[in-house]
Amino acid sequence: MAIFTEAEARALLTRVVALSKADECTAELTGSIDGNVRFALNAISTSGIVANTDLAVQVAFGKRVGTATINSFDDASLERVVRRAEDLARLAPENPEFVPAVAKQAYTPTNTFSQSTADITPDYRARVASDSIAACKAQKLVAAGFLQDGQSFVAFANSKGNFGYQRSSGLDYTCTVRSEDGRGSGWVGRNVQDANAFVPATDIRTAARKAAGSVDARALEPGKYTVILEPAAAAGLIGFMFNFFGAREADEGRSFLSKKGGGNKVGEQVFDPRVNIYADPAHPEAPALPWDGDGLPRSRLQIVRDGKIASLDYSRYWAQKQGKPATASPGNIIMAGGTKSTADLVRGTQKGILVTRTWYIRMVDPQTVLLTGLTRDGTFYIENGEIKYPLKNFRFNESPVIMLNNIDELGKPVRVKGDESDTIMMLPPMRLRDFTFTSLSDAV
Amino acid sequence: MHRRDFLAATGLAMGGGVLPSFLGRAIAAEELQSTLDVAVKKRLADAALNAAKSAGATYCDVRVGRYMRQFVITREANVQNVVNTESLGTGIRVIADGAWGFAATNEMTVEAVAKAASLATAIAKANAKTQTAPVRLAPTPGVGEVAWKTPIVKNAMAVPLKDKVDLLLGVNAAAQAAGANYVNSMLFLVNEQKYFASTDGSYIDQDVHRIWAPMTVTAIDKASGKFRTREGLSAPMGMGFEYLDGNTKDKFVSPNGVVNYGLSYDMKEDAIAAAKQAQAKLKAPSVKPGKYDLVLDPSHTWLTIHESVGHPLELDRVLGYEANYAGTSFVTLDKVKQRFQYGSPAVSIVADKLQPGSLGAVGYDDEGVKTKKWDLIRDGKLVDLEAIRDQAQILGKSASDGCCYADSWSSVQFQRMPNVSLEPGKTKQSVADMIGGVENGIYIVGDGSFSIDQQRYNAQFGGQLFYEIKNGKLGQQIEDVAYQIRTPEFWNACVGVCDASDYRMGGSFFDGKGQPAQVSTVSHGSSTARFNGINVINTARSLG
Repeated sequence: MAIFTEAEARALLTRVVALSKADECTAELTGSIDGNVRFALNAISTSGIVANTDLAVQVAFGKRVGTATINSFDDASLERVVRRAEDLARLAPENPEFVPAVAKQAYTPTNTFSQSTADITPDYRARVASDSIAACKAQKLVAAGFLQDGQSFVAFANSKGNFGYQRSSGLDYTCTVRSEDGRGSGWVGRNVQDANAFVPATDIRTAARKAAGSVDARALEPGKYTVILEPAAAAGLIGFMFNFFGAREADEGRSFLSKKGGGNKVGEQVFDPRVNIYADPAHPEAPALPWDGDGLPRSRLQIVRDGKIASLDYSRYWAQKQGKPATASPGNIIMAGGTKSTADLVRGTQKGILVTRTWYIRMVDPQTVLLTGLTRDGTFYIENGEIKYPLKNFRFNESPVIMLNNIDELGKPVRVKGDESDTIMMLPPMRLRDFTFTSLSDAV
Repeated sequence: MHRRDFLAATGLAMGGGVLPSFLGRAIAAEELQSTLDVAVKKRLADAALNAAKSAGATYCDVRVGRYMRQFVITREANVQNVVNTESLGTGIRVIADGAWGFAATNEMTVEAVAKAASLATAIAKANAKTQTAPVRLAPTPGVGEVAWKTPIVKNAMAVPLKDKVDLLLGVNAAAQAAGANYVNSMLFLVNEQKYFASTDGSYIDQDVHRIWAPMTVTAIDKASGKFRTREGLSAPMGMGFEYLDGNTKDKFVSPNGVVNYGLSYDMKEDAIAAAKQAQAKLKAPSVKPGKYDLVLDPSHTWLTIHESVGHPLELDRVLGYEANYAGTSFVTLDKVKQRFQYGSPAVSIVADKLQPGSLGAVGYDDEGVKTKKWDLIRDGKLVDLEAIRDQAQILGKSASDGCCYADSWSSVQFQRMPNVSLEPGKTKQSVADMIGGVENGIYIVGDGSFSIDQQRYNAQFGGQLFYEIKNGKLGQQIEDVAYQIRTPEFWNACVGVCDASDYRMGGSFFDGKGQPAQVSTVSHGSSTARFNGINVINTARSLG
């Protein structure tokens, strides 16, 4: 039984919490059914379905905490997992940063579940793969891609009477299309909650067009260029930066948001005044769960307002220590923009470079969030509002902080997910001045 | 992809919370020392083999896996988290009608594994309908009932938790006393108890141990707002707790007194050095960009070998199976046939699944193939790739290279990078000798930032410690150094490798590949090596 109903989950969690003799107890039940299909060299390579349900129990005696998990739910198993957590807590050293479980909360449900995604069948997955392959074969192109879809639920209860339950769904499709001779490569990524919003035929056309159009790429000298980052290309850089919005690190002096002389940069102008970023669990296109990992209720939270830092992420311990209100960690990242599409931005560009995708992004210097990475699967030169020719890929060394001070224009935000992160973002395509490319890559 | 953000991604460093599901269930520390009865494992394996054959499979392998992990995570005087986990189950892979099928179960009963074997066979038959060519498996001899164990001296799982906590808190206190503002340190211990059986007639029981003790020391200048970190210079190893004994004979002291470590690590000594060096970084001048001769310590070179040699020589990448995620390779089958000049004659690179102390060392791989050592690059020329049983015929080989791995009983095993290492130079040469010949260079210790393109041409690497070399002498510590390479040009710029007396390994616990993604562990050895005329950039920026 991978997916419990709310009533089933509440009944089980109530029993578990009642079994504990510790000072406090929090139990969390999660379940998921995930399906996937993978294809490469124009053939399906693997496919699978994984169903999983787990119960995690965390108990505390004073400041000693123990956690145990189990995936069977008969009476004896429930008793065993609670006792194991209690045994571990008794053996654990005291955690001076221990914060008690949250009190009873009122959560406002958000719309994170779509039945259409939960209804996906192995046939549907096979069809997406074979349609992607067929469209590429017809154009003498080679497809490699991955479709992953899933439904899940999370439910939790604690000894203070708090309880939460919600279901979610998601679908993520990526496809890399290469020319048979390996001289051209294109890519498309699509992340949706509702499978009805996924039209693979349209997406595969985008990837195929970029693959065919990127053959015979020309080399441009590395340097500073005006670029248009498609939302998927921006996701890797902007998503990375949000790993460093912790208040504690800023207050401790080891973050780009630390202030000279001590303290943090809340209220300071860090980005171009057009930068507005917030988190909102009720966002219609990118909803998130209405609570964070600690059970704090999420509400709309402004993170950057008019380029100034509006809030940092306080853990419950750090909020208490600093005398600040504890706020829930963001469940999504929503960046405001304009109304134009990527194509509209291209049309308004005199000279510039269009970047489809960024790749293997790693931190070079945390002091400035200087990141390095490469362009991949569709890099094009723009002149007088038109795509003129494909370009060889570049390595960049750029900080998203500097990048968001060099904004020329922001387009209409779309839903994206980064290559190496599960955070759902709404990001605009963006035209940026002086983006720093430091070398050329021969990779296609 | 070498992953750095594991702790952040799993939230383990935050304390408490729910474990990522791949770690399995949390258990008591005493359970970490227990093993499963081999007769129980054989009974389960036989049930699966028989069920698969009855269902029409022409080949079947069974992996009964018990994966044990322990994390002890600290910062300054606090223990942030202690987590013990166990993941237990059986994965069954079959060939039926010429196609692969796979199924796994966490129920440790004869009925459950037999059912999973039948399901795997049904999946194989379904997959066969779209298969264009049948799977061809290179033969591997059945070895009967055998066992292999990492040759550990002290089982880390048996060391009392108190000793581990005392060690880490002692390390943190020493670093703080030496000038560190913050210290994060941890122990990450792994024991894979893997039982493999196949229709080839093998029943292989393996007990694999690994240890990792990373730390990050941070120094801060509050007035200027500047901060710098120095990571520990340890390597994850295929060893027991004896790795942390800090034997003097395993220390490698460079001409300017920087201490590196071989098969034994002195964590406290390194923490004290890290605190001093992190403070020195705050005041160190910024590098002048340009071409330099680089002298690279093995604590640094491992990651460059990993990204620019280990990955491009994976046969599945060469063929295009990883195109959508990890990428393809600039290496082609033609380049192997033509003995492509990958590096200078000083560069010989070997794959080695036998190397003692390495992360990749096992007796048999995850498809029952006896492990071995083989040449990848000999005297600069590309001579071979990394292949498993269903790929061997593509290279015209009669047997697998024995580098197949799955990160869990529930994951499908596939081709993973073996330990890939640069052979030491054959003529006697010390680090001091090598530096003595450099006019204008930089000496780099420790691994830092890393990034490489999807065909493994263009890479950029940072480090932990950088020292100027002027007219054969090591000079001041400098900062903001990263070098950019084009893979074949870089390896062809290698003009020398120190002799075997300087040989050490580095490695990764989190080499990522595949969709759904799997992680693997791998070591890379080398002696200090020199590369001439490499492009160095300055990474300092100002946020105004």
